Amino acid sequence: MNTSEATDRVLVVRAQRGERAAFGELVTRYMQRAYYVALGLVGNHDDALDLSQEAFARAFRARAGIDPERPFFPWLYHIVRRLCFNHARDQRSRRLTLEKAGGWLTDTTMGRCPLSPDRAVERAELREQVGEAIERLAERERETLVLREFEELRYQEIAELLGIPIGTVMSRLYRARRSLAREIETARSRLRQERGAGE
Amino acid sequence: MSESKVSPPSDERLRYLLMAAVDQEISGEGRRELELALQGNPDLREELATFHRLKEVTDTMTPLKPPEETWDTYWEHVYRRLERGIGWVLVSLGTITAGTWALWTAVGQLIRDMTMPAYVRWGLLALIAGFVILFVSVVRERLFVQKKDPYKDVVR
Repeated sequence: MNTSEATDRVLVVRAQRGERAAFGELVTRYMQRAYYVALGLVGNHDDALDLSQEAFARAFRARAGIDPERPFFPWLYHIVRRLCFNHARDQRSRRLTLEKAGGWLTDTTMGRCPLSPDRAVERAELREQVGEAIERLAERERETLVLREFEELRYQEIAELLGIPIGTVMSRLYRARRSLAREIETARSRLRQERGAGE
Repeated sequence: MSESKVSPPSDERLRYLLMAAVDQEISGEGRRELELALQGNPDLREELATFHRLKEVTDTMTPLKPPEETWDTYWEHVYRRLERGIGWVLVSLGTITAGTWALWTAVGQLIRDMTMPAYVRWGLLALIAGFVILFVSVVRERLFVQKKDPYKDVVR
């Protein structure tokens, strides 16, 4: 058990005794991770914030069931993902999400090196296409891709977090990336055709 | 990643190796196996190149950072939810208690009211009983059945 897990253990035990301040420390420690995971799964800021906060509230209500000997975040993660999956299945919220699709990613190359206006537009379009394509992935594939690409977890860590074999992690990643590559290629061909027709 | 040598590699094995190569989690043995498979398979080479191009793109993308004040008020919002949760529990308990009492009183008065024709009284009683059964059934389904449904995460 590392130092972080040891303090988690103390905080969990104190939270189980009903100390909200201790739970508050756990929230502060994991709020960013919970938020970014939710953002990857639902694709917009407001929903990610709402769902990650709701996950913490539910975690506090269910704190009696936490095993202090085990890491806190994987336990919380299962609440976050359940909430996010349920949210995504709601047709109404799915429509709202699609309206805002693609806007949850940012391009890390922007600002690092100056781009010509054309190139900047192209990068922005690409970012949007990637965001939209990720949002259209099946939820398990999307989840695995988000954990790998944006949480930067290794295969073993993803397998442990999701409770699945490492081969399943790789299969899901393969399917996710294949769909993503196809979607982006289709979107690019469409753009090329639109530009060709416009010229 | 465990990589026992299989010759020739199955499609599934090749997928594993492709992913491991793209994510730089491939072992020396896996790399040699993949290189051998790539030699006689242009489609596989093209697939690997596609995945590398995609990886280059996704490596430059990162989730958008929320405004800094999001973190300053985050715990406050969670705390408010916890308080409201207690509020909702009390409101629900109060509603159930008061509702049960009101229902009990209404049914009692209905049975004792001799000025109303018998068929109307029985009709109203059936209506109330029907609503109670439907309400209990829906609540029971929400609370118990949904929790135990092994297929709830399956998406068609």
